[in-house]
Amino acid sequence: MADIAERERAGKARAAPTVEGGALGWLRRNLFSSWGNALTTVVLLGFVVWIGIWFVDWAIVHATFEAANGPECGKGQGACWALIGEKYRYIFFGSFPYEQHWRPLFACIAMLAMLLLSCDRRMWNWRLLVIWTVGSFVTFLLMFGELRFPLTLFFLVGLVAGGIGWGMRAGIASPREIAIHKALTIVGGIGLALRIVGVIPAWGLEINAFSYVETGLWGGLPVTLILATYGLVFAFPYGILLALGRRSNLPLVKGLCVGFIELIRGVPLISLLIMASVMLPLFLPTGSNIDKFLRALVAVILFAGAYIAEIIRGGLQSLPRGQFEAADAMGLNYLQKTSLIILPQALRVVIPPLINTFIGFFKDTSLVLIIGIFDFLNTANQALVDPNWAGFPGEVYIFAAAIYFVFCYSMSRYSKYLEVELNKGTRR
Amino acid sequence: MARQRRDLSAAPTVIELRSVNKWFGQFHVLTDINLSVKQSEKIVVCGPSGSGKSTLIRCINRLEEHQEGDLIVDGITLTNDVKNIEAIRREVGMVFQSFNLFPHLTVMENLTLAPVWVKKMPKKEAEQIAMSLLERVRIPEQALKYPGQLSGGQQQRVAIARALCMRPKIMLFDEPTSALDPEMVKEVLDVMTELAGEGMTMLVVTHEMGFARAVADRVIFMDRGEIVEQNEPETFFNSPQNERTKTFLGQILHH
Ligand SMILES: Nc1ncnc2c1ncn2[C@@H]1O[C@H](COP(=O)(O)OP(=O)(O)O)[C@@H](O)[C@H]1O
Ligand SMILES: [Mg+2]
Repeated sequence: MADIAERERAGKARAAPTVEGGALGWLRRNLFSSWGNALTTVVLLGFVVWIGIWFVDWAIVHATFEAANGPECGKGQGACWALIGEKYRYIFFGSFPYEQHWRPLFACIAMLAMLLLSCDRRMWNWRLLVIWTVGSFVTFLLMFGELRFPLTLFFLVGLVAGGIGWGMRAGIASPREIAIHKALTIVGGIGLALRIVGVIPAWGLEINAFSYVETGLWGGLPVTLILATYGLVFAFPYGILLALGRRSNLPLVKGLCVGFIELIRGVPLISLLIMASVMLPLFLPTGSNIDKFLRALVAVILFAGAYIAEIIRGGLQSLPRGQFEAADAMGLNYLQKTSLIILPQALRVVIPPLINTFIGFFKDTSLVLIIGIFDFLNTANQALVDPNWAGFPGEVYIFAAAIYFVFCYSMSRYSKYLEVELNKGTRR
Repeated sequence: MARQRRDLSAAPTVIELRSVNKWFGQFHVLTDINLSVKQSEKIVVCGPSGSGKSTLIRCINRLEEHQEGDLIVDGITLTNDVKNIEAIRREVGMVFQSFNLFPHLTVMENLTLAPVWVKKMPKKEAEQIAMSLLERVRIPEQALKYPGQLSGGQQQRVAIARALCMRPKIMLFDEPTSALDPEMVKEVLDVMTELAGEGMTMLVVTHEMGFARAVADRVIFMDRGEIVEQNEPETFFNSPQNERTKTFLGQILHH
């Protein structure tokens, strides 16, 4: 405890031994403390400088920034950045109609804004729901050009939202709020039933804002962002359920979860993607057609869910038994115990491995190439095929790597920040 | 040291155990336990390590499940019915050896959690109750800190306040001072003594014999899953009947 320690220190305490301050002192202590150490420093520094000079020479001094075609670009001895200038629209947006490229651009901006806002802890409440509803609506309206919300969806949302509110907030919220939850649940339930029976005709809210662009033409950065974002956003709660199920006392639930996790972890993502793309349609009634993009998304969700589940299980296991017992002894039920006591602690513990997995999946989405979807890395690859611009793979891959790095490094920094932020005050 | 013995014969029975038996696998951990606790009675349970003391009191709020016999708490018979168990847990507060505070919540949030979620109490009201309890255990100034920032003694007092926040009829204590540095034992025992003075029904597993003499109406000695001897403290300490009790008291009183 801080104040006891301080009181004790007041007696015979003396200052810590001084160390040589300043930059020179730091250098001497850390880089040149002995002959061997100094030699290592010099050699490593020399190597770094040599690489740096070579790269600057290649990437800037002798680089070609403007050229009409590949051979002209090749005349300089350095990098051919003209290729990127020529191809960047394709790399970023794939086969999306050229004159409509502003749509995927704004879709990317909307998604980035949504993700950045979600990083802020102050948004972690009802605001998050608003941010994601609005962000997703804008993103998909821009990408598709038109959206159709079937009536069934509204009834379903009403039923689920009302039901959750009614169940979770009973006794806590004001009578008026409860009345709203009840009304939502009842209207949603009855509406859904009538719709299924066929009393209410099929109807949908159509929003036609722009020309329709099918998912087959999507490509580049928006595809990577959509697959990674929505893949992980759905995989996360799904992974939590799997992890909780794996610890369940009910043998059937436990068995199913264990079986699922082990099965998914035992096969490569590529095989899952191929199954989703080739085999799934065989099982579905003929004529029903699930979008290829959606199938890829489902495969990513299933796959990521299994990995996330195992990480979260590690977090659950790290909690002392006393935490469960204290929650039980207070009379909290399973749902309250899990959501208020267990998960908040377990998730804090697993932030680093969790974000590590997120970073991995952000890059792994490139495997969707196997079923003919062009994400960012694959459009970059495709840009190399042009015979007019043959011979500059390095430039394109460096460009693609730089973009990936920006995203992955941001996630890594955010992981650090979150770890510190969430453990504030809980440290001894 | 001699205290006036209180007459509890007229008080209603709040905990009743009738030939309760429990096994861990093949290990018979509780053997034919019969015990009845009157309202506002204070019972101290002692006995060697591994004798089943914790298991006994953990059966009372169903942290452990007994296999044979009847266990009735506050008129409710413990069965596998979840509603029954939750009803009993609302009436029974528990304090653990290792505090078991929730480290991700502030002291205030630790206290208000159960009243708000289990009793559906408005948050404002729960906070008022929590604050008055923190004053009673003499740490109101720590309300907004996290458990990790408090000393062991303070943490255990928070744990007591947290249990009291549900306004329980019965309090169970499982070696509440065993994990504390010696200088902090007193502050926790003082709080418990005060609580006893207010008429709380208490079941306390402890080896603090001073506390037992001062507070207990009855001291129970357990060994190998059995209640070997029970008596009011004066008689229990001054003239124990059973050989095992004598050996045990010899070990803990003179060393
Ligand atoms: N969950 C459990 N599974 C198996 N054995 C247990 C379990 N809990 C306690 N025991 C055993 O039961 C006996 C009594 O334990 P306990 O009630 O904790 O004793 P005490 O609190 O008196 O020290 C001990 O021998 C202990 O090893
Ligand atoms: Mg014990």
